[in-house]
Amino acid sequence: MIRLSIAAFALATVAAPALAETVTIAPGEGAQERLQEALILARPGDEIVLAAGRFAMTDGLSLDVDNVTLRGAGMEASVLDFTGQQGSGEGLLVTSDGVTLRDFAIENPKGDGIKSKGADDIVYHAIRVTWTGGPKASNGAYGIYPVESTNILVDGSEVSGASDAGIYVGQSRKITVRNSVATDNVAGIEIENSRDAIVERNFVSRNTGGILVFDLPDLPVMGGGNVLVRNNLVASNTTANFAPEGNIVASVPRGTGIMVMANENVWVGQNLLYDNPTAPVMVIAYPMPFEDPDYNPYPREVTIDWNMVDEGGTDPQLEGAAQLVAAFGGTLPPVMWDGLEAGDGRETLRVHPEMAGWSLNLAAQGGGMANARPGPLAAGVPGQPISIEGWGAGPELEARIK
Amino acid sequence: MIRAAHLLAAGALALAGAIASHPGAGQAAQAASAAEATAVNDGAVRTGIPRDLAEFGFFADAPGQVPAARVVPYRLNTPLYSDGADKLRFLYLPEGARMTAAGDGLPEIPVGAALIKTFAFGEGEGRRLIETRVLLHRADGWLALPYLWNEDQTEARLALAGARIDLVTPRGEAISYRVPNKNQCKECHGLSGEVVPIGPKARNLAHEWLADIAGRGLIDRVPDGADALPRWEDRGAAGVAEAARAYLDVNCAHCHRPGAMASNSGLDLRWEQHDPKALGVMKRPVAAGRGSAGLLFSVVPGKPQESILLHRMASAEPGVAMPELGKATVDPEGVRAVERWIAGLAP
Repeated sequence: MIRLSIAAFALATVAAPALAETVTIAPGEGAQERLQEALILARPGDEIVLAAGRFAMTDGLSLDVDNVTLRGAGMEASVLDFTGQQGSGEGLLVTSDGVTLRDFAIENPKGDGIKSKGADDIVYHAIRVTWTGGPKASNGAYGIYPVESTNILVDGSEVSGASDAGIYVGQSRKITVRNSVATDNVAGIEIENSRDAIVERNFVSRNTGGILVFDLPDLPVMGGGNVLVRNNLVASNTTANFAPEGNIVASVPRGTGIMVMANENVWVGQNLLYDNPTAPVMVIAYPMPFEDPDYNPYPREVTIDWNMVDEGGTDPQLEGAAQLVAAFGGTLPPVMWDGLEAGDGRETLRVHPEMAGWSLNLAAQGGGMANARPGPLAAGVPGQPISIEGWGAGPELEARIK
Repeated sequence: MIRAAHLLAAGALALAGAIASHPGAGQAAQAASAAEATAVNDGAVRTGIPRDLAEFGFFADAPGQVPAARVVPYRLNTPLYSDGADKLRFLYLPEGARMTAAGDGLPEIPVGAALIKTFAFGEGEGRRLIETRVLLHRADGWLALPYLWNEDQTEARLALAGARIDLVTPRGEAISYRVPNKNQCKECHGLSGEVVPIGPKARNLAHEWLADIAGRGLIDRVPDGADALPRWEDRGAAGVAEAARAYLDVNCAHCHRPGAMASNSGLDLRWEQHDPKALGVMKRPVAAGRGSAGLLFSVVPGKPQESILLHRMASAEPGVAMPELGKATVDPEGVRAVERWIAGLAP
């Protein structure tokens, strides 16, 4: 009877409405279970607080309750340490909407750092994901990894060591990635198969490639476009590519600054581009053969507006680099295009008159570099600024980090 | 203020342990004789989150895994690999309820029903129950809950956060076995935002069993397309492709299909999928990371050693291993079946 009454009490109280609560989890014995239990039992509106300290994790964590905040004491203070992780494909998996993640770190996850899938209206603020051993092929693929979601804000975060992309947003819409630091990854920041994205005021350095805007075939969501890349410092992306082969980023040459592949309506301007010795800016078609009839492999309406840029491709990691560099007088001009166009009447590329460029003048998509006829770039100049209305995360997400 | 949820999670669990255990627990003989008299607690199936598995009343003798009335054991032709665990599966349908056939997929299972699966290691006297997972069909959808058996094998308690158990598999591998947490249940059982059963699809159930429960009024008829997947132990008699595709359907397709956890991979490994590209043939990876192992395609016809799909199946390392959840060891039989299939695909 005692036991029955306890059950009745617990159920009755669970069912009653309650104010949002704050639950604090301290590191130490049983942290894995205590934290995971808190994430499961949380109710919409609740805040789960990670106390300062190092949490030894053995398994991936997951959150599946809407409108929950997971907050630490700071990205250096509260550390979820996955060095001893024994299972799961990521450190933290979020599958619910309206979640705010802020002020904590994830270290050495075996797979991805934080993945949010089908998780709309999500904020990542002051989150750090670090593989502490530096760039290694054995590191996990993505640090911050929202996918198949709408309305995403990544702000003030830091990722280093990812063997694919530090901050990777895939198959999503309404995205802002800003004020963040991506270093020592293969790709610093990657926007893939996504639309309506703003990437601004980030520091992107010591990656193989800085900022990538890609669209790939054979995926449930295709047709990337409406991407603004502005006011970023993209410098010294000179780390040798350490991605496992097979992944698309494994083909990104060391020394790539900002790379646009197979997207439409992309605007790149007012960035500071230094020491990206293959190409400060690269605009290309998807290079490989494909069969997907719904896929458009070409860049369309890509604008390279004015950017502060150094001399350009001083040490390109391209076939025939020595001859190329010699042909252009010692340095390749800052904007590189492969010369491939959709041929649908839309302009492929517009480049600011002060941004010199060159073209590979490839013969056909998927045909490789064999028939390249490198030459100076002839492109139109940028027209009126584009409208970015409806692009980026909504203001209600910004309000959460005020 | 102490919130009930926390009481439920911690305080109540401890309290429950201090109070008498469920009558019948550990008293196999007595319970077995009362098997037909034991009825399932429909209230627990439909509402609340019981802390003890016993509260459901699914078993006349839980440690002996003797089911209560209207709790029907079943098996799958090709099962999900779970480190070699012996899996005891049961279906519960309340009085007056019956399932409706729906082609070769999941039958329509009425609200108030439950699916129960116990994971055990060891044979005979040495058998040890590890966990019992229940899927409850409630008015607002399916709820998945994990229950962890105690050392004494007398009761199983709710383990919302999951657990790790050291044990030795039938092949002699010492592993840290993972009991999934409640959210991880959904990682596999999630489809388009809902929790759904995975196992008892008609194509993976024996015709005889379906005929039997149809005769007892538990399903309206034997579904069309039933029993299409080969029995795993008889796969030698089935085609190479049938065995491998059945294995992929059961072990991979709950995530690798549209609407499920790995939908963004573009890989669709369901039995009914026939597009080679969707099955991974010459498909480049999208988010494989180091799981790609330097290989270029998911499946390279004729070349299993160049196929990422097989490489990830053959790994037990987190971040590489597939499936990501539910296994700590490699299934050599599954690897061999898929390897033979890829080897036999025409380039």
